[in-house]
Amino acid sequence: MSDWIPICALTDIPRLGSRRVQRERGVAVAVFRTADDQVYALLDRCPHKGGPLSQGIVFGRQVACPLHNWSIGLADGHAAAPDEGCTPSFACRVQDGQVHLDAAELATKALDLAAPVAGPCAKAIA
Amino acid sequence: MKKMKLVVVGNGMAGMRAVEELLKIAPELYDITVFGAEPHPNYNRILLSPVLAGEQTLDEIVLNPLGWYAEHGITLHVGKTVVGVNRRERFVIADDGTRAEYDRLLLATGSTPFMPPLPGRELQGVIAYRDIQDTNAMIDAAARYRHAVVIGGGLLGLEAANGLMRRGMDVQVVHLMPWLMERQLDRVAGGLLQQSLEARGLKFLIGADTQGFVGDAAGRVCAVQFKDGREVPADLVVMAIGIRPNTALAENIGLHCQRGIVVSDTLQTMTDPRIYAVGECAAHRGIAYGLVAPLFEQGKVCATHLAQFGIGRYTGSQTSTKLKVTGIDLFSAGNFAGGDDCEEIVMSDPYGGVYKKLVIQGDKLVGACLYGDTVDGSWYFKLLREGRAIGDIRDKLMFGESNIGDAGHQGNTRAAAMADSDEVCGCNGVSKGTICKAIKDKGLFTLDEVRKHTKASASCGSCTGLVEQLLMFSAGGDYSKPPTKKAMCGCTDASHQDARDAIRAEHLLSIDSVYAHLGWRTPNGCASCRPAINYYLLSTWPKEAKDDPQSRFINERSHANIQKDGSYSVIPRMWGGETTADELRRIANAVDKYKIPTVKVTGGQRIDLLGVKKEDLPAVWQDIGMPSGHAYAKALRTVKTCVGSEWCRFGTQDSTQMGKDLERALWRMYAPHKVKLAVSGCPRNCAEAGIKDVGVIGVDSGWEIHVGGNGGIKTEVAVFLVKVKTPAEVLEYSGAFLQLYREEGWYLERTVHYIARVGLDHVKKRILDDAAGRRALWQQLQFSLDGEPDPWFEFDKAQVDLRQFNPLQAAAAVDA
Repeated sequence: MSDWIPICALTDIPRLGSRRVQRERGVAVAVFRTADDQVYALLDRCPHKGGPLSQGIVFGRQVACPLHNWSIGLADGHAAAPDEGCTPSFACRVQDGQVHLDAAELATKALDLAAPVAGPCAKAIA
Repeated sequence: MKKMKLVVVGNGMAGMRAVEELLKIAPELYDITVFGAEPHPNYNRILLSPVLAGEQTLDEIVLNPLGWYAEHGITLHVGKTVVGVNRRERFVIADDGTRAEYDRLLLATGSTPFMPPLPGRELQGVIAYRDIQDTNAMIDAAARYRHAVVIGGGLLGLEAANGLMRRGMDVQVVHLMPWLMERQLDRVAGGLLQQSLEARGLKFLIGADTQGFVGDAAGRVCAVQFKDGREVPADLVVMAIGIRPNTALAENIGLHCQRGIVVSDTLQTMTDPRIYAVGECAAHRGIAYGLVAPLFEQGKVCATHLAQFGIGRYTGSQTSTKLKVTGIDLFSAGNFAGGDDCEEIVMSDPYGGVYKKLVIQGDKLVGACLYGDTVDGSWYFKLLREGRAIGDIRDKLMFGESNIGDAGHQGNTRAAAMADSDEVCGCNGVSKGTICKAIKDKGLFTLDEVRKHTKASASCGSCTGLVEQLLMFSAGGDYSKPPTKKAMCGCTDASHQDARDAIRAEHLLSIDSVYAHLGWRTPNGCASCRPAINYYLLSTWPKEAKDDPQSRFINERSHANIQKDGSYSVIPRMWGGETTADELRRIANAVDKYKIPTVKVTGGQRIDLLGVKKEDLPAVWQDIGMPSGHAYAKALRTVKTCVGSEWCRFGTQDSTQMGKDLERALWRMYAPHKVKLAVSGCPRNCAEAGIKDVGVIGVDSGWEIHVGGNGGIKTEVAVFLVKVKTPAEVLEYSGAFLQLYREEGWYLERTVHYIARVGLDHVKKRILDDAAGRRALWQQLQFSLDGEPDPWFEFDKAQVDLRQFNPLQAAAAVDA
């Protein structure tokens, strides 16, 4: 049984664009809107080097990661061949112009995946 | 709907490539039946030589294993030769009686070796070199016999000879013509090749005319006789003097044949439009090609036609040659022999084993013959195919594209000499061994395929020449795609120039209208073509076309530079590299307030704040209160300056002021790629103007303007454009040049590559010879830039979507 929670209006997401949804724990979720107003949600983390997919260019049913241009399928999170990898996807629906995500998934899914780090703090970790 | 039936006669590289292309675009259209005379699935015939030489195995050269046919529902008949076609009732019949009906028939019967009618040619041990059976016969003979004679010192003959020698045989190559590979090499290169092969142990009989073969009591060949009376021992004779298109079947069924099965630009036979022919058996405009690249090109066109797309025509190919003898670098293309109306540039170093000849006709490169150093082969081949005027690079032509500043692959120019562990691609850390393995294991043929699978040369591209060499070695012969026109991306067949032309000619103002007009295959393009089209619209129709932020890379949407952790960097503009205590204080305060982890001075005389959270960007801009530096954009970046005459005891001109004036005149200028300028106040050139897109150098009597420099991937020194007297002229000439680049450059093409493509002469004609045109360009640039917003402060006007800086809150949504 899904516990849908409203995130934003469909129109709050630009067409061929996305918004980031911050979670209490874990990497944010990226919500994408296609040219024909389909909405998809993926973990905001490219399977390649963790790039924020929410910042990528959306085309067709794909998003191009802004870091190294991997193409990730919006529906299933799979990287387009010959690249290999998959980013977790999140259940998502639009009702009465409102975008909803599943509360349980938001609270529990893919919490083990960390965001990439950069700068002096990265050295400290290494 | 009932599927149509396609029958393919010939299970070789040309036929199967056409089928593969067809399956890609119309997988459901046909029931496909394939007949192959050989008892094998489709294999890479080009790689028989490495198999013979013991460098690869037969299994390794299979292109389409049996499972592939099954997977695609293809009925495969191996070991069956089609002997008849009933064109009225439309079926083919094989030698074992197998029948197959067709709606479309594709003939890909390849070629047969030419066997001259010499006495004794029926003896055992006299063979051709064409297929797996021949190769196995040679391998077998090498194990049992000693003396081999190869007749024919062309590409195939030499590869056969090399292979037999590697397998321990004593090999003599008989060649009637005065030097080896006379159809691909000139006399000097042919001589060098002979020397190098002799050093490896091959023996040559040049100019020897074969009379016949002598057999022993058992009916096996034992010697070769020549017309001058000489006789050499031979337990194996390999005939490699040429191939003939295999048109036997086609002629039997009444198709028009003349040096091959005559086909049209759609690869349909002249006689029967239901019947197609591709590959070595087909004669297109009088030429039957024997190399891979043309065959693949034909396959592609044939497939689009079979798929009933009705697009695409084959218009012939330029070909180049490469010998697959490990350790020998040899390349030739076009008219390498020259002629009366040709000029030649020759570089000859017999001791170093390097010989290069470039043949120029008029103002164009028409032929190249390289021996010993072939890294620039693909570049010459490109120049040759594109037919670009080379007048402006003539003095540098011989030294090649790769002669300066290659970084990241240890200065290597000869792939053959590299160890498997040596790094080829310094960007993505790809070694020679990895690339070769991918080429073999995955059956890659083109540079694009290698880039996709290994990432080698996919980033900065400076190792492209090396990767192409590896492709030649590992995949054999010719892989390069002949068209001079390259499609922008997989979404379209249109080239960048096609898109630019259509936008201007048709006055197109939106991305959708471009896609509709040029028949894009995808609804909203991809991350590669959409930013390009967006740029072309804005640069062609300023103030008319509307910017589409969603078609820009993230940096140009968020007006900051994305970093590996998803944070951003902020570089405020410092006009001419000058700053003030007040500006520095504001920057320092912002660094403290927003806890910005790294502050770095850039190479462009500015300050980079790294690790800014996206949420903080607008506030950081506001607090710093300096204009956007556009360090994130395909736009004017910096104008680097030296101190100049205001302070410097050597300075002859006020370079700092000149730099500030240029920067104020040009900032907010989007371009095909990033644009960097520099102004030095004297020829000591402390601002390093020689490696900038526009470099201005003050001299006592005025200013020199240099263009097309680049300090990046491959260091490129800017070329001198003009010397002018006044700062106003510097602005006009620089601005006009940049506007020309903005209007004609392809997206992501730096000025150096733009100039290389159109030629410096073209630039000079537009900027120097045509004063009115120059002023018009400069005015058009000023018109374009007039009123352009600063995206850090004029959000509405710059269409900055502020929502992106505020993440949505899942938790907050729950509370609400």
